[in-house]
Amino acid sequence: MSLTNRNRASILDKPLSRGKGEISLSCFALLFSEIVQYCQNKSHTVPELQTRLHDLGKNVGVKLIDLYFVRERNGKREIKLLNILLFVKSTLWKSLFGREADKLEHSNDDENTYYLMEKDPLVNRFISVPRDKGSLNCAIFIAGIVEAVLTGTGFPAKVTAHWHKGTTYMVKFDESVVSRDKQLEER
Amino acid sequence: MSRSSTRFDTKKVNSELVTLTYGSLVAQMVKDVENPDDVNKQLDRLGYNMGIRLVEDFLAKTGSGRCLDLKDTADKIQTAFRMYLGVQPNVANWSSAGDEFSFVIDSNPLTDLVELPEDLKSLRYCNIICGAIRGALEMVQLDIQSWIVQDQLKGDANTEIRVKFIRKLEDAIPAGEE
Repeated sequence: MSLTNRNRASILDKPLSRGKGEISLSCFALLFSEIVQYCQNKSHTVPELQTRLHDLGKNVGVKLIDLYFVRERNGKREIKLLNILLFVKSTLWKSLFGREADKLEHSNDDENTYYLMEKDPLVNRFISVPRDKGSLNCAIFIAGIVEAVLTGTGFPAKVTAHWHKGTTYMVKFDESVVSRDKQLEER
Repeated sequence: MSRSSTRFDTKKVNSELVTLTYGSLVAQMVKDVENPDDVNKQLDRLGYNMGIRLVEDFLAKTGSGRCLDLKDTADKIQTAFRMYLGVQPNVANWSSAGDEFSFVIDSNPLTDLVELPEDLKSLRYCNIICGAIRGALEMVQLDIQSWIVQDQLKGDANTEIRVKFIRKLEDAIPAGEE
């Protein structure tokens, strides 16, 4: 006899899908547009709207961690800073958007900061930003995904999205992450 | 770009991105609104907004003409399901008057990876689909009602979406024209 009164298999009893399913881009674009509108109705300022989109992205990111590490990496997590960044740039991007992110760069001025660049993010393809909201970049949603994945795998970071060479995600790691990584290298 | 293998040349995105994005939105709504019935209404509204724009996309891509009867309409919506969600629902359970039918879906990408907590049993997670059907048909002058009869998230074997024909909307003639 089971302890719960559920009479059906829980989601964990089902085999994990291979993640090859596809949905029409129009469908996603319209859904995302509704999401932006929903967030916009709930907020008064552009930063507020960005925070809302960022938070929604974070919810997605948290769920992706286990999904991708179990499926792509046999459950093995990364412990090195560079490797987790490469995981984001290739594995995560490829699974989510079908291709790798365009560029990954280390900042010259600040060793805690990395830049991930993407010319034409999927979410921005059908969005035209009104002139009075010039600073709004809806790819902040993707920044939220990245932030949650990094933070959830033990690399606490703040990730933001900016208009620079297309869209640039600025990844600013916590001080502790970089110093821990240095210790790992010394060993 | 090369033509994809499907009959319609539509660009695709990973279904998990959509599933999780939608899930994240629903979760946020549940937090914002609290009352599940209001969330249902909002999801329906959201679907409606998507539907009124999707129908144009559908007509442009398929080049399909007017429907002769409701059966025809059902077939076209079935095609739309395949185009936009990548699932093939069965059209079933026609009412004897022929004005009501159901789409029966055995796998639904929106509900992959989704589990409803016990206290949200009144949430109709897939209400967005009902809204989309209503919105799309309204744009082609069909007033319908749509609701969920069975839901896999609530332990049913399939997800069943019911569609009921209400009336044909008449074209409103712009002022000043005969």
